[in-house]
Amino acid sequence: MLEWISQPWPWYVAGVFIGLTVPALLLLGNKTFGISSSLRHICAACIPTKIPFFNYDWKKESWNLYFVVGTLLGGFLAAQFLSNPEDMVIADATKAHLQASGVIDFAGMLPSDVFSWDALFSVRGLVFTVLGGFLVGFGTRWAGGCTSGHAIMGLSNLQWPSLVATCCFMVGGILMTWFGIPFLLSL
Amino acid sequence: MVDTGTACVNESAVVKPWYSNLKYLIVGAIFGIVFVKAEIISWFRIQEMFRFESFHMYGVIGTAVVVGMISVQIIKARRAKSIEGEEIVIHDKEFNKGQIYGGIIFGLGWAITGACPGPLFAQMGAGFTVVIVTFLSAVFGTWVYGKFRDKLPH
Repeated sequence: MLEWISQPWPWYVAGVFIGLTVPALLLLGNKTFGISSSLRHICAACIPTKIPFFNYDWKKESWNLYFVVGTLLGGFLAAQFLSNPEDMVIADATKAHLQASGVIDFAGMLPSDVFSWDALFSVRGLVFTVLGGFLVGFGTRWAGGCTSGHAIMGLSNLQWPSLVATCCFMVGGILMTWFGIPFLLSL
Repeated sequence: MVDTGTACVNESAVVKPWYSNLKYLIVGAIFGIVFVKAEIISWFRIQEMFRFESFHMYGVIGTAVVVGMISVQIIKARRAKSIEGEEIVIHDKEFNKGQIYGGIIFGLGWAITGACPGPLFAQMGAGFTVVIVTFLSAVFGTWVYGKFRDKLPH
C-alpha cells in the first residue's frame, strides 16, 4: 500500500481529486475554488496602503488563506512521508531539448541549476524566480484568476470568459516555452 | 466594498469562529499532497505540457474539469445547500479584456516558473525554499496590478 502511494500518482487519480475540490469547497461553506485571490488577500493584510483594490475586509476571505496554508502543509507531508525515492521520469524529447539548452540537473521536480539559492545569484536564476513570479502574480490578478479559478472552477461552471482566459494562459505558456525559455536558459 | 469582478463575493452573513476555517486547511492539505504526488509541482511536467510531449498535465486538468463540471451540475440541479445550511451560489464570471492580456502574461510566467499559484505553495512546503522568492515576487506582482489597475485596459 505505502509502496503504491509513494510512486508518482497517475493523471486520472490527481484529476479526480482536484476536480472534487470544487464540490468540496461549495458543500463545506459555499466557497468557489480559486487560489490566486490569496495573493490579493496577503497584499490587503500585510501591505498597508490606500489603494482601493486592497481596501476591503480580507478577514472575511480568510478561508482562502487557510486553504493555501493547507496546500503548503500538504506539500510538506507528501515530500516528508510519501516521497518517491526514484528520479523523475521526463519525456525523452523534453529532456533532450532542455539538455541542449543547458539544463544539467534532472533528478528532482525542479532543476537545481535553475531554481536554488545558489542559482538565485546568477542572472538566469534571478530571471526564473523573480521575473517569473512577478508575471504569475501580475497576470493572474489582471486575468481575475488562475488555473484553479478559471480553468477548473470557471470551466466547471461553463463560464465562457474562463475559457477565454484558459486559452490565453496556454498561448502565453506555449509562446514562452518555445521562444523564450531557450534564450532565458542561455543567460 | 469588494470589487465583485475579481474577488470572491459569496461571503457568509453569519460570523463563524476561526476554527470553522480548519476544514479548508484540510482540503488544502489533500490538494497539496496530490500536487506533489502527481508531480504537478514539477517544472519539467509544465515544460512537457507546453511542448506537447506528455499527456500527463492535459489528463490532470481535463479530468479535473470533467469531475468539477459534473459536480457543479448536480449541485445546481439539486439546489444543494452547504453543510452550514447556506444556499450554494456560484457567481458568473464577467468578461473583460484583462482575461486576455493578464491571461497571456500569466501564461508567460507559468512557463518560466513551472508553477501556477497553487503549486507555488506546495513547492515551498515540499522543501524548495528558494520558491519563497518566487512567491514574494508574485505577491509584489499582484500589488503592482492593484496599484496601476486604473491605467490598465479592462
